[in-house]
Amino acid sequence: MDIAFSQEEIEKLEQIKTKYPEPKAALMPALWMAQKKWGWISPEVMQYISNLLNLPLAHIEGVASFYTMYHKKPMGKHHVQVCTNVSCMLRNGDKIYEHAKEKLGIGHMEATQDGTFSLEEVECMGACGGAPMVAINEDFYENIDIESFDKLLDSLK
Amino acid sequence: MNNSPKLILTDIADYHKLDVYKANGGYNQFRKALTMQPDEIINEVKASGLRGRGGAAFPTGLKWSFMPKGNDIIKYLAVNGDESEPGSFKDRQIFEYNPHQLIEGILIAAYAMGITASYIYIRGEYHKWIDLMQKALDDAYAAGLVGQKMKDTFGTNFSTDIYIHKGAGAYICGEETSLMNSIQGDRGYPRVKPPFPAQFGLWGKPTTVNNVETISTIPAIMKLGASEYAKIGAPGHPGTLLFGVSGHVNKPGVYELPTGTLLTDIIYNVCGGVRGNKKIKAIIPGGSSMPPLRGDEIEGVRMDEDSLKVLGTHIGTGGIMVMDEDTDLVKVTLRIAHFYHHESCGQCTPCREGCGWMEKILKRIAKGEAASSDLDLLIDVANNIEGNTICALGDAAAWPVRGFVTKFRDEFEKAVSQNRVFVAPNAVHGKQATKSNLKFDNQMKYSPAI
Ligand SMILES: Cc1cc2nc3c(=O)[nH]c(=O)nc-3n(C[C@H](O)[C@H](O)[C@H](O)COP(=O)(O)O)c2cc1C
Ligand code: SF4
Ligand code: FES
Repeated sequence: MDIAFSQEEIEKLEQIKTKYPEPKAALMPALWMAQKKWGWISPEVMQYISNLLNLPLAHIEGVASFYTMYHKKPMGKHHVQVCTNVSCMLRNGDKIYEHAKEKLGIGHMEATQDGTFSLEEVECMGACGGAPMVAINEDFYENIDIESFDKLLDSLK
Repeated sequence: MNNSPKLILTDIADYHKLDVYKANGGYNQFRKALTMQPDEIINEVKASGLRGRGGAAFPTGLKWSFMPKGNDIIKYLAVNGDESEPGSFKDRQIFEYNPHQLIEGILIAAYAMGITASYIYIRGEYHKWIDLMQKALDDAYAAGLVGQKMKDTFGTNFSTDIYIHKGAGAYICGEETSLMNSIQGDRGYPRVKPPFPAQFGLWGKPTTVNNVETISTIPAIMKLGASEYAKIGAPGHPGTLLFGVSGHVNKPGVYELPTGTLLTDIIYNVCGGVRGNKKIKAIIPGGSSMPPLRGDEIEGVRMDEDSLKVLGTHIGTGGIMVMDEDTDLVKVTLRIAHFYHHESCGQCTPCREGCGWMEKILKRIAKGEAASSDLDLLIDVANNIEGNTICALGDAAAWPVRGFVTKFRDEFEKAVSQNRVFVAPNAVHGKQATKSNLKFDNQMKYSPAI
């Protein structure tokens, strides 16, 4: 696969650069754009961004690895994030996570063979009032239980 | 309680839309601010008694006064919407229901401090809320309320820009200096202070960092006037606060209430009491980094910084976590310790090693492989982290662990004695005995010597 942003994306990135006094600050937005396009931040993507923003590769690697939301390996089409932090745990979030592991047959930051699902045990997502919660890709689902979790996952496949 | 003032989460339908916000007097407070001298505004904020809603309850007007004066130098405002402290979910409400009041607050703050540009830092997980906030910001730009065009709109020489910066999953980026590094495109390592942000902040320029809720309160203060605002709630920490209540209550959620509201009122009247009418065992009053209160000490407790400080805890982010009588507090403490260990950036040895130690010891306690002396060790480790680190994540990790072990010592003692640990006869061979690899039964009395 040829790693390159489209002309439109390049223009968007140029526009993002104008928000900051120094172009280095466009790195996090660029990584977000890359993840949206390619699904994860591969070594090739890092090299591409390094060239594009004229930043050392080591810097790109450092930043990409510091932030947990940048995926350093391919994840599933539906990235299932189950919160097990305190407010969710008090309402059985940990049990939903255990159930998810069993149901999908995968562990933390793993993907199913067919690439449909991946799983992540996440820290507090800022949805404690709707605990327990899961997020699938960018969508939050609050006040869930094992039954509604199953329904949700079965509806995706 | 129903008629307590709603300064941020109003009942007006569609208040998040620009036309509705404007129809209800939106952006008039910024117009009013423009008729005042910048210093007058800072004094007004000081007089209001407003204290930061990001965790430390630092007086906002005082913080603003640390900024160098004048419009001839570049200065920045960073608005902290990282909101990653477990138990905190209130800034999200502002992004969703009242984004324009946040924008108007930023404009007023920007005029008062002579800010060139502001960055709203929003945690990456809030994809949807980032979109909502961006929409509001785009509308405000299009209407000429922000940016170059505001000179024409408001007929003055003042203009300022506002941008959103999306985080990518790092609790530490809520710490103000880490947040600045993250905006600059670096790893989010906290910086050593001094120099403080007001001298050396974003790109080395004077910078103020304020929480989203703090800034959203500014238009309300301008509208009411400092003296009226100061009359709301607790005198030493006035105003309304967005309390996020979670855990074992019947109606969890975010509630805007005056500071100084009784904790029992919040739980029993506002949140409909505890699920299944159970008793309360423990409450964390302000997000997971704050020391807990015992269920039997919440009677009469008022929710403001001064009242909580007397009890050895803090208002934090106003995230109240309620735990009923059936809660396993060893498990809760372990989960909290795991979180801070996971989020430690690793720069300082006491934080990096100490958080690891605390998690390890708590794991042993939870597994039934610990002794009573481990509880003292845990407190020791916490004491050694506190105050010995670059940023306050160290304290945030130490406080709840020490708080739970001290306040609920009986429960922790029970955990270590029920799952008795024996010093193995073969300890010389370096093998630690546990319940599972020893044949002693629970009746035998061996005193643990570790
Ligand atoms: C580890 C850590 C995490 C923090 N996270 C946040 C956060 O998510 N949001 C926030 O507003 N403040 C957070 N703070 C506090 C900020 O450093 C800073 O004090 C605050 O944003 C200042 O705003 P205020 O004066 O309006 O409260 C955090 C502090 C620490 C030490
Ligand atoms: S206290 Fe912890 S999180 Fe803060 S700078 Fe030190 S190691 Fe990093
Ligand atoms: S603890 Fe799960 S969303 Fe906050």
